[in-house]
Amino acid sequence: MVRYFTRLRVRRIYKWGGRPYIFDRKLKSYGFEYLNMSVEGQEAVTTVTPGQYILIEGNDDEYPFVAKLLKFFGDESHKQKKALVQWFLRLSEVPQNKKLLLGRSPHPQEIFYYLGRACDNEINAESILGTVQHVPEDTPFPEPGTKDTLYVKLSWDTKAFNVLDPVLMQDTPASTPPKPALPLFPPCASPTATPVSRGPVRRALPTPDPTVMRRAGSVSDTRATMSAGKRSTLEAESIHSASKLSASKILSAKRRGSAADTPGVRKKLQLSPGKKMTRADVLCELLDEEMESEKVISLKLSSSVSHSLQHGCSLSPMRSVCKTPNGQRRFPWKLSSISLDRLSPTGYTLSILDSGTTGIDRVITLQIECLDSYAFLSSQRATTPSRRKESAMAIREPALGVLAEEDSEDSPMQPIALTPRSKRKSAQLVSLRIRKQLNLLDNTQKLFSDGDDDCFVPSMKALQSSTDEEKSEEETVVRKTRGRNGKTSARTPCKTPSKKVCMVTPSTPRHATPSIPSRTVPARQPGNILDEARARLHVSSVPESLPCREQEFQDIYNFVESKVMDGTGGCMYISGVPGTGKTATIHEVIRCLQHASDMDEIPTFRFIEINGMKMTDPHQAYVQILQKLTDQKVTADHAAALLEKRFSNPAPKKETTVLLVDELDLLWTRKQNVMYNLFDWPTRRHARLVVLTIANTMDLPERIMINRVASRLGLTRMSFQPYSFKQLQQIITSRLNKVKAFEEDALQLVSRKVAALSGDARRCLDICRRATEICEHSASHPSSTGLVRMSHVMEALDEMFSSSYITAIGCASLQEQLFLRAVIAEFRRLGLEEATFQQVFVQHRALSRVEGLQPISVSEGLAVCQRLGACRLLLLEASRLDMLQRVRLNVSQDDVLYALKAVRD
Amino acid sequence: MSHGQHYSERFCHQRLPEKPVGMESQHKHLLELLRRTAVHGESNSVLIVGPRGSGKTMLLNCVLRELLEVKDVNKNVLPVHLNGLLQTDDRIALKEITRQLNLENVVGDKVFGSFAENLAFLLEALKKGDRSSSRPVLFILDEFDLFAHHKNQTLLYNLLDVSQSAQAPVAVIGLTCRLDVLELLEKRVKSRFSHRQIHLLSSLSFIQYLDNVRSQLSLPQDFPDTKFYDEWNDSIKVRHFSSYPQLVDVLQRHYNSSKDFRSLHLLLMLALSRVSASKPAIKPTDLLEASRVCMVDSKANILHGLSILELCLIIAMKHLNDIYEGEPFNFQMVHNEFKKFLQRKSHSIHNFDKPVVMKAFEHLQQLELIKSMDSSTAKIQKEYQLMKLLLDHSQIMEALQKYPQCPTDVKQWAMSAFG
Repeated sequence: MVRYFTRLRVRRIYKWGGRPYIFDRKLKSYGFEYLNMSVEGQEAVTTVTPGQYILIEGNDDEYPFVAKLLKFFGDESHKQKKALVQWFLRLSEVPQNKKLLLGRSPHPQEIFYYLGRACDNEINAESILGTVQHVPEDTPFPEPGTKDTLYVKLSWDTKAFNVLDPVLMQDTPASTPPKPALPLFPPCASPTATPVSRGPVRRALPTPDPTVMRRAGSVSDTRATMSAGKRSTLEAESIHSASKLSASKILSAKRRGSAADTPGVRKKLQLSPGKKMTRADVLCELLDEEMESEKVISLKLSSSVSHSLQHGCSLSPMRSVCKTPNGQRRFPWKLSSISLDRLSPTGYTLSILDSGTTGIDRVITLQIECLDSYAFLSSQRATTPSRRKESAMAIREPALGVLAEEDSEDSPMQPIALTPRSKRKSAQLVSLRIRKQLNLLDNTQKLFSDGDDDCFVPSMKALQSSTDEEKSEEETVVRKTRGRNGKTSARTPCKTPSKKVCMVTPSTPRHATPSIPSRTVPARQPGNILDEARARLHVSSVPESLPCREQEFQDIYNFVESKVMDGTGGCMYISGVPGTGKTATIHEVIRCLQHASDMDEIPTFRFIEINGMKMTDPHQAYVQILQKLTDQKVTADHAAALLEKRFSNPAPKKETTVLLVDELDLLWTRKQNVMYNLFDWPTRRHARLVVLTIANTMDLPERIMINRVASRLGLTRMSFQPYSFKQLQQIITSRLNKVKAFEEDALQLVSRKVAALSGDARRCLDICRRATEICEHSASHPSSTGLVRMSHVMEALDEMFSSSYITAIGCASLQEQLFLRAVIAEFRRLGLEEATFQQVFVQHRALSRVEGLQPISVSEGLAVCQRLGACRLLLLEASRLDMLQRVRLNVSQDDVLYALKAVRD
Repeated sequence: MSHGQHYSERFCHQRLPEKPVGMESQHKHLLELLRRTAVHGESNSVLIVGPRGSGKTMLLNCVLRELLEVKDVNKNVLPVHLNGLLQTDDRIALKEITRQLNLENVVGDKVFGSFAENLAFLLEALKKGDRSSSRPVLFILDEFDLFAHHKNQTLLYNLLDVSQSAQAPVAVIGLTCRLDVLELLEKRVKSRFSHRQIHLLSSLSFIQYLDNVRSQLSLPQDFPDTKFYDEWNDSIKVRHFSSYPQLVDVLQRHYNSSKDFRSLHLLLMLALSRVSASKPAIKPTDLLEASRVCMVDSKANILHGLSILELCLIIAMKHLNDIYEGEPFNFQMVHNEFKKFLQRKSHSIHNFDKPVVMKAFEHLQQLELIKSMDSSTAKIQKEYQLMKLLLDHSQIMEALQKYPQCPTDVKQWAMSAFG
């Protein structure tokens, strides 16, 4: 999930608890029984004891590291606080290429017991964020609604996933065994602490309206009838399911909430989950009150009290929403929960439990949903005050207005808040658009009804498109509201359809997966020996080894290997003309290193590749790096900030990142900050980043980089020389790999020719490929094709290297040839290489008289001139200058004369 | 189908010919190349280079038609048509590619996402494919040279890079009339291009050209009205051609001017439009008349519509050009020259007021027979703005000959050496 807001930094205070015992006499370290954590300005205290599962601050805010606490210790002065932990990994921390080893789709809450040795298991105790629950390995995965409990089923030893040995989980001297019947509560939300911590949070409600405050205050009163313990748990639950955030988030949210009782920080708070909770509460309370005061909302429940037509108008939009795929499923639940709520305001959770849903969390989610939809109902009413009957409602109006507006504020971020929004404003419009869209898709399908149903299922597509459409609709509405409120946000909502889709329906992954439809008939395999040779000679076919780059390979390998081994960072600059195997060599190095790390010879590392040519703007480099590192999609500025943080902060578990930057020169900006950052990160102490850069020119650092950038790039440089003819020959031979398709001499001719011209291996391979084609065509029978001979290669070389100007002049029409002669004649007369059309035309006319041709008109002459200009045999000025446009030759005069002479003879 | 409809389709390029004429080897080469992409999944890149009107698009369309007739290929290729004149930058081009490929970020005919996202999406899509399982994509880039002017040549680099790497099979086909197109490519882009160029340079001889004219004019075998078919095809037989040396001359002239089919079609269309129900056969005179219309000088036509005063000004400018060897002139100089003529030689022309002459001068400027040489027109007074004549002497003399009721003194003045 993408978060655009910056977090409010709140200081946490850590205190040792219990009696210290001497842990190591020599090192004078002391062990401690537990650690008390509190947040500045808040009285709530969380106690962390060994054996508990904790969240540890990492480089990713969304997903803090998870570990099991083994032991606390510190030094004599009690200033240094350390802890020993057993790490757990999230799937996102497993290297990309190893994820497939899991063999099934991972559960989002799943973590893995870490058996590797690469990570230091001693951490700073002050980086602990909070505790978390875990469920023993034998429980099945729950419904995908619960977001807060983590599950360990397998262990990961950097090579493979193994079934977890239960002994491993039990071997800790656990004072409080983690056996949660009720999943998780965040550290601050212990029963006693709840009312206290809730106070400031409620103050964060973005409206100073006293009525709302009063009502919010009465929430706890109403709820007080419930047993305290149960209630707090449920509330904690509702926080989680409503905001769908990890425990660390909640902690931070609380931190923020505590510091945020001034209206100045309101804006930030609107985005925080803490606010959501209070809002939900307020809504819940409003709901209750609504029930009591009006007692009119009659829903189609068998035991409904009375029927009132008063609210028909406010309910109808909901029904229209029923048509959308999301709304359809949720709707009946909403009804039931609301009605149940109304019937028994105090015990509604229990009754919902009876109604057949599977888990508490789910119920809570439903409840939140119903609240949200209720918010929608009531705000709908707020927008149509004329329909109100009760005077009491009139007082509520402003507060509800604020709520609705605030709803729209965070809708791009919060999926749940989003849904009611769409229902409210654009429900009818959306359904209309969807219908249109479906029609349109039907039409297109008729057009393209060539049976490509394996690439996309029409209904799915339509469904998805409708969701997309709806989203975009919402987005525009959101924009409008923003504009009206005058609260323009600098952060643009993420516009990717895939993103949006996954945000609306987190349960059903409907990502727009980039893919080319697959073919109905599989590609045919090469038939004869020439086909085989051609397939092998294609640039894309990856050879088993890279010949002729052994030295370069070794150098790069050593460089990267040493950096990975040491856990340090560094830069390397590689230059060379196109087609000399720079990128291929690096890929080969990485392949070998990855193999080595699989064999456990070197620590694991991560390889990321970006290409300056494959991005639209240099700053997109940040976005691409971050996306490949963490699968996040954010804006360039934000990505730069996140990467900066990632590479400059120490993190306990960090593997080396190897970054390949291809086409470096394209990343040049005026301030060169992209390049600067790329080369600056490796120099950071905790970065563990190796940057390999590729560009064409050898002196790029001197030419385009300012000093501070060039200095950071360092002096580790390498230059790939163009291939010599022997090397080219070797490359072809190794690719052909005993497929006998070429005569030895023919190969030599190709390699010599290419080596003399550019030394570009791609060119060499392309010529050979073309030569096989010529050979195939020239043979009388397709079956009796012999070897590729010199003549074939010569023909291919001619085709590719000979200039076509001379042939073009030879094939030009008579008047065009005459015009070229006139141009040369005029140049000779003037002694200049430039003349106006008017001057040339005089010559042209004279020449045609000599040739005995009828002179052509000026219009025709201009047409002839334009045709030559379009072929670029002539270079012309803009044609609006008409007769005064200047004419120059694009070919040498000798070539023209040679070509013309050849035509005559 | 009437024969009129048949011809209009043929000459206005609405229907592909049965077989491309005079480019058999190129046709074979291209077909073979695209067939390998479609069937074997081999990535390729090729440029079709030829002057305007030489049949590049026709060749490609013929090949594509033939390719899609093959059963295996039919549902297995995804052609993407781009035109450099329409997709003027990479952003638009990418959206168009995504739309035509119907990738999953397309809804209806809208493409979502920013430029960067679209690029990443397309590249990701192509990267996921592989040689044997994904459908080959044929990227057809019309006016290829214009794509080379896009910023960084990002699109070309990426397309050609895909064609050189083990990703989804693609064929990049560029059509251009520029012979120097490879010099436009950036060195990295150039290295990734396979350097295959198919040149369409017609080496048609005049005899072949005549045959072509005949075959273009004749009706197809399957024409329903057989009587008319016989009559018509008989009327354009060889003997008719050779019996009119004038006609051969006209065609020779056209052949000398340009060999391409487009100009020939224009000529034949003009000739055919003179055929009517009352005159159901094409006559050589029709062709002569059509050729006259084709060859006519457009500026001479404008000169025929000028007033005597304007014509006098043109003659005055011609004399100024003679005197000052093509240096620019201004209105005042022209006016002086004109007054000299009035005083000395004129019998029939009255004296005009200066504003009237000025008006005539401005009219000439509007017709673009004269062109201002200064870029900043505002600063200089109208009378003293430097001008140049956009007419050749021969055009002026020819116009004078044909000008209806041109006064003889004006004619003499035009012919005299120096005013």
